[in-house]
Amino acid sequence: MSDTAAQPRDDEAEDPDDAANSDGSAATDAGDPTDADGPAVSTGAESVVAALEAAGAETAFGVQGGAIMPVYDALYDSSIRHVTMAHEQGAAHAADAYGVVSGEPGLCMATSGPGATNLVTGIADADMDSDAMLALTGQVPTEFVGNDAFQETDTVGVTRPITKHNYFAHGADTVGDTVGEAFELSRAGRPGPTLVDLPKDVTQDETDETPGPATPPAGTDPDPNADPDAVEEAARAIEAAERPVCLFGGGVIKGDASDAARTFARTYGIPVTTTMPGIGSFPEDDDLCLSWAGMHGTGYANMAITHTDCLIAVGTRFDDRLTGGIDTFAPEAEVVHIDIDPAEISKNVHADYPLIGDAGRVLDQLTAAVREAPDAEAWRERCAEWKETYPLTYATPEDEPLKPQFVVEAFDEATDDDTIVTTGVGQHQMWASQFWTYTEPRTWISSHGLGTMGYGVPAAVGARVAADAMGEPDRDVVCFDGDGSFLMTMQELSVAVREDLDLTIAVLNNEYIGMVRQWQDAFYEGRHMASDYTWMPEFDKLAEAFGALGLRVDDYDEVAPAVEEALEYDGPAVIDFHVDPEENVLPMVPSGGANGKFATAEDQL
Amino acid sequence: MSGDSSAADVPEADSRPAPSEQPAPEERDHPEGRRNLEGIRIDPVLEAEHESRRAVISALVEDEPGVLARVSGLVSRRQFNIESLTVGPTTVEGHSRITMVVEETDPGIDQIEKQMAKLKPVISVGEVSGDAVTAELVLLKVEADDPAAVHAVTEMYDGRTLDAGPRTITVQLTGDEARIDDALDAFRQFGIIEIARTGQTALARGDTPTAPGEKPGTAGEPTTHDD
Repeated sequence: MSDTAAQPRDDEAEDPDDAANSDGSAATDAGDPTDADGPAVSTGAESVVAALEAAGAETAFGVQGGAIMPVYDALYDSSIRHVTMAHEQGAAHAADAYGVVSGEPGLCMATSGPGATNLVTGIADADMDSDAMLALTGQVPTEFVGNDAFQETDTVGVTRPITKHNYFAHGADTVGDTVGEAFELSRAGRPGPTLVDLPKDVTQDETDETPGPATPPAGTDPDPNADPDAVEEAARAIEAAERPVCLFGGGVIKGDASDAARTFARTYGIPVTTTMPGIGSFPEDDDLCLSWAGMHGTGYANMAITHTDCLIAVGTRFDDRLTGGIDTFAPEAEVVHIDIDPAEISKNVHADYPLIGDAGRVLDQLTAAVREAPDAEAWRERCAEWKETYPLTYATPEDEPLKPQFVVEAFDEATDDDTIVTTGVGQHQMWASQFWTYTEPRTWISSHGLGTMGYGVPAAVGARVAADAMGEPDRDVVCFDGDGSFLMTMQELSVAVREDLDLTIAVLNNEYIGMVRQWQDAFYEGRHMASDYTWMPEFDKLAEAFGALGLRVDDYDEVAPAVEEALEYDGPAVIDFHVDPEENVLPMVPSGGANGKFATAEDQL
Repeated sequence: MSGDSSAADVPEADSRPAPSEQPAPEERDHPEGRRNLEGIRIDPVLEAEHESRRAVISALVEDEPGVLARVSGLVSRRQFNIESLTVGPTTVEGHSRITMVVEETDPGIDQIEKQMAKLKPVISVGEVSGDAVTAELVLLKVEADDPAAVHAVTEMYDGRTLDAGPRTITVQLTGDEARIDDALDAFRQFGIIEIARTGQTALARGDTPTAPGEKPGTAGEPTTHDD
């Protein structure tokens, strides 16, 4: 994007450039480790970068542009690695995935106007999934704000409903502290995205105010422990339960509470279901694990959720894709609800035992407070029977094309447990979550709440960069994408090639926007309006044009060799799997239906 | 499955039941219990659906740009039923008070308070107890055909005449909602031309803090933040 047409401060703009390009004083000071107050700064932009470095940010994803140029210029001398993305949406998704994999807030940057609005989908995605992320956006100079200046958008107004909080930077002296606070706020309590809008005059202006230590604002970092009396009451309810089930949500993973969750469930022999964002919090190969519940969750998880008399829900907001119709959701269960956000308590499902606090800390409290395991032997047997009765299976008739589920299983077998999976949104996403056995947290990276098609490729870029930054270059990163999703953000493949990122993209290409096609067949009498994607390009050739490895697979016997070749290839690889266009995602709870009435065949919908 | 390229073209059949062979929905056990729309288990003996009611919510907020937009945006985004919203300064510089009258069920009122509390500029928020002092200011322009009668009604409701012209008379009324409603009924006979209402504002009675954690009678001192 070109520079702002209005440029009132050309003279001052030259100062930081000079410093950066000629070993000038600013560059020298920025790296001075002897300064107890942190590196000296000379402009608002340098203060921004100093605040980010002090907060521990190591990587930024973004796209350059006029109004954000001073900040980029200050990054020139920074230890922060900047990964230029092809599109700002990709920057936001990459930052989001980087944050999920690393456990640190992701950082994305864009210029004003279209740069900022292009971030919006990624910010909304992070907001729905409670992912810690800081977005920095350029803005037209303060004196032009409100005049419809070139590339001006009311970014604070646009992003207000999709951020945990956003800030408009008011001056060079305070901008560093604002950025530091926004970074810390994104991960305080319930995580979420924050944004700081940076007018160009604020970042260009001179200042010698070094940002202080960053802290989240007062009242935003809640007590991690739940009320001990409430814990005792919940413990009594758990002891008395006959059919207890755990429901581990994304909050278990975000709160690094997987160990505490595993200890709790195993100590008391309580079967475990997860939500989709909670995938990986509990190993899916454990006898107690019933995998994930909800619209396309396993039949046995949905049976357990439906028949439980005590639901121990941790770090979940009871999304409608999980609950189905609220009237039939765990209708006979007393609900123990652990969450860091009081507003989630009894928002969708009434909590009989609300426990407000950090997932791990409260689970530890609960493990200590329960005196004896519930008498649930018969219930565990019933759950095991459901696992036998409703297994996740699919048919592979000789006269039908390659099944997408087979591709997912082939990748799972060929890779280690620590492999990171990213996805777009749609049928392929469901198969990737159903037919891969997840055992570790932060290995399932997807767009859950917002359901953003196109999340997969930029998320794979972010995940790969994060794994490399964590010193884990041998972990595999596999992106399952649909043909529709891939077409939305595949330009980020150029970034993977440029940065030499070792990742594999498996396009499950059914030449449909498949989930819509499935719904049209089930609910719209098979009228395939705008879901037929027979016009897709040849993705293997497209991958080669980008400089990546491109492969195409049509038959079962080609799957294993292609998977092996792609995984062994040191760089980005794309396999275009042409799969059965008529395959449907099952089981399925129709929208608003009863979880226990999941359909296992199309004619039941 | 992987790595064996000499295997048959199609993978071996899965011996477990295929989805179509699994029990259909009507063949499964289903519990009899239900939840209501608020996610509360319905006790068949005592089925309690919440009625909506009027509540006055008072929030102490930091007086920063956009705070009103954050609050009103929250109210509209989450579809809370709101009757009025007022905002104004407090005894503490930099702090404002927002007073909202809402019509919601108890769980709905609880959600408004909790969601408001999550907004960073909101220092504290809570429902003002039932016997709070509430008042509203109304400006009323009526036809001036019978000035003496208008004056009499204005006197009756302790109102003030702000402007009296040949064709219109503008009156100011204050009071709680019931009193304002009564007054408007009485003025209707003259023909109401225009009306402007501020919406209810409220304070708790006596020593009770209006917003949780607020310390009445400490003008000029920072209000404590009650975590």
